[in-house]
Amino acid sequence: MSTLTPTNGRLSSTTREERLLSFEGRYRQQQFTRRNWTLLYGALFLAALIGSIAASGFSIPGLIKGLPMAWNYIAGTLPTLTIENFWGDLANWYWGLRFWTRLLVETILMGFVGTVLGGVLALVLCFPASRNLVENTAIYFAARRALEFCRTVPELVFALIFVFAFGLGPFAGVLAIAVHTAGSLGKLFAEVNENVDPRPIEGVRASGGNWPMVMRLGVVPQALPNYASYLLLRLEINVRGASALGLVGAGGIGQDLYVAIRQFEYTDISAIMLLLILTTSVIDIICETIRHRLIGHDLAASA
Amino acid sequence: MLELKKVTKTFGDTIAVSNVSLTFAPGQMVGIIGRSGAGKSTLLRLINRLAGVSEGRISFGDTDVGALEGKALRAWRARCAMIFQQFNLVNRLDVLTNVRIGRIGTAATLPVMLKRFPAEDRANAAMALDRLDLLSQALQRADTLSGGQQQRVAIARALMQKPSLILADEPIASLDPRNARLVMDALRTINRQDKITVITNLHTLDAARAYCDRIVGMAHGHVVFDGTPSQLTSAVIQEIYGDDTETAVDENLTSTMAGTSPAGRQMEAAH
Ligand SMILES: Nc1ncnc2c1ncn2[C@@H]1O[C@H](COP(=O)(O)OP(=O)(O)OP(=O)(O)O)[C@@H](O)[C@H]1O
Ligand SMILES: [Mg+2]
Repeated sequence: MSTLTPTNGRLSSTTREERLLSFEGRYRQQQFTRRNWTLLYGALFLAALIGSIAASGFSIPGLIKGLPMAWNYIAGTLPTLTIENFWGDLANWYWGLRFWTRLLVETILMGFVGTVLGGVLALVLCFPASRNLVENTAIYFAARRALEFCRTVPELVFALIFVFAFGLGPFAGVLAIAVHTAGSLGKLFAEVNENVDPRPIEGVRASGGNWPMVMRLGVVPQALPNYASYLLLRLEINVRGASALGLVGAGGIGQDLYVAIRQFEYTDISAIMLLLILTTSVIDIICETIRHRLIGHDLAASA
Repeated sequence: MLELKKVTKTFGDTIAVSNVSLTFAPGQMVGIIGRSGAGKSTLLRLINRLAGVSEGRISFGDTDVGALEGKALRAWRARCAMIFQQFNLVNRLDVLTNVRIGRIGTAATLPVMLKRFPAEDRANAAMALDRLDLLSQALQRADTLSGGQQQRVAIARALMQKPSLILADEPIASLDPRNARLVMDALRTINRQDKITVITNLHTLDAARAYCDRIVGMAHGHVVFDGTPSQLTSAVIQEIYGDDTETAVDENLTSTMAGTSPAGRQMEAAH
């Protein structure tokens, strides 16, 4: 049998043995490079692990010694609840319930608005940040770096800057959440985009669509369920995150928690913490349920 | 009149299309045959500019296709509608929207972003779907249709583009014989009734013989045959498909069509 692809002029003149030999050589070469890379990455990982253990001062004895102290602090924040006067004690513990509820609602809304704003921004940025969707490397590079910047600067830092710029209150917090969300969701969305089927894209392009049209009709319909799933995951994270932003004066329940810690209002700390844990759990459960519905629905539809 | 002059396309050091010169008169139905890797798909993609030529010139009337950009390029793509082997529909959109995608070449961007299409488009899409006997599936999601139905949706999308030519890249290669015939009948009827030039890559000789006025044979990127089906002798077939050492090509092996009937009965009736 002769060569199957004489189009590749280079190969057609060689014999079968030569071709097999050349294949064997290329295979060896590839395996060799692959193994070297694996080794290199393994070594880097180990170095990073050892380095961070050294730098963070992580030690098992330290952990064992410190744990009881942490427990003492937590125990110190717990109120005394007596059985005789249970409701009275409870009312005492949660003396500020109305105020805290208002702050909690504010926290949830901050997380929600921040997620929506950030989601919109992420949606705009994710297309130029997808390798398979842009031809111009400069645009791709710029979009990727912009997302990286939004993502790597911690929310708390953004919140500090925005508090300085826009004053104390939830507005700064919302902005900080939005920026960070845009960065992390944009990256996730872009990854979804890079995995979509290229054939519909080509179909839309061949019909004469311009770039935005190709994105809207060729990419978005395929990626939408995944976008929604990631958005809900982010909402969970952001409600949790919003409760911490109060520490720097960017609104939400964290503000009052900070005051309580500062002024050694021990029982207030535990009261607020408990409220926070309950709220975030409820939000988590709700988001999780919706997300699973979405995924399950999609699996059922595509089966 | 579509004209290719000494067109060459290379990918790295692979020459996919090599020095091809062809002219296509309006209203012809042309079949392009050749072995896998002969450059058939590449040729079609060059014509509608999904890929750019390396050398040579493609022109349509007075238009230099290679020089088109932006709006004009989009308009050109809309003018030569493409039909793919794998249909290339947007699976998660319904059939109607997929067909209306045929109109985006001339539409404004913002309404398309909101998936708003004029009522006129809907009427035209409904008519195109009816012509292909698919109107009852119009509101289903595209991926719930059978392969043959999906390909006919793709043809309806092509019709919406009001094309001057239709480029079909192995439109029946993933279909069973019955559906293959439905699709080829549809293309043939469109070619005859709407006077649209159809250029189609085909894997099967009998389909090319049964449906095309003219057959172009390609091998290793070159055009090695250009003539009528009756001129396609076994010596020519040998040149297109065979190589120096292989024994005679068995034409029956390349047959996937069941009892070809080029009449396009179904479409004629629907029209
Ligand atoms: N995007 C690409 N990058 C690199 N090489 C390519 C590309 N597209 C096509 N080729 C090469 O060009 C040559 C011709 O490919 P083409 O797809 O046009 O063949 P074909 O005749 O359509 O084959 P088939 O009948 O299998 O579809 C092949 O050698 C292929 O590997
Ligand atoms: Mg091909």
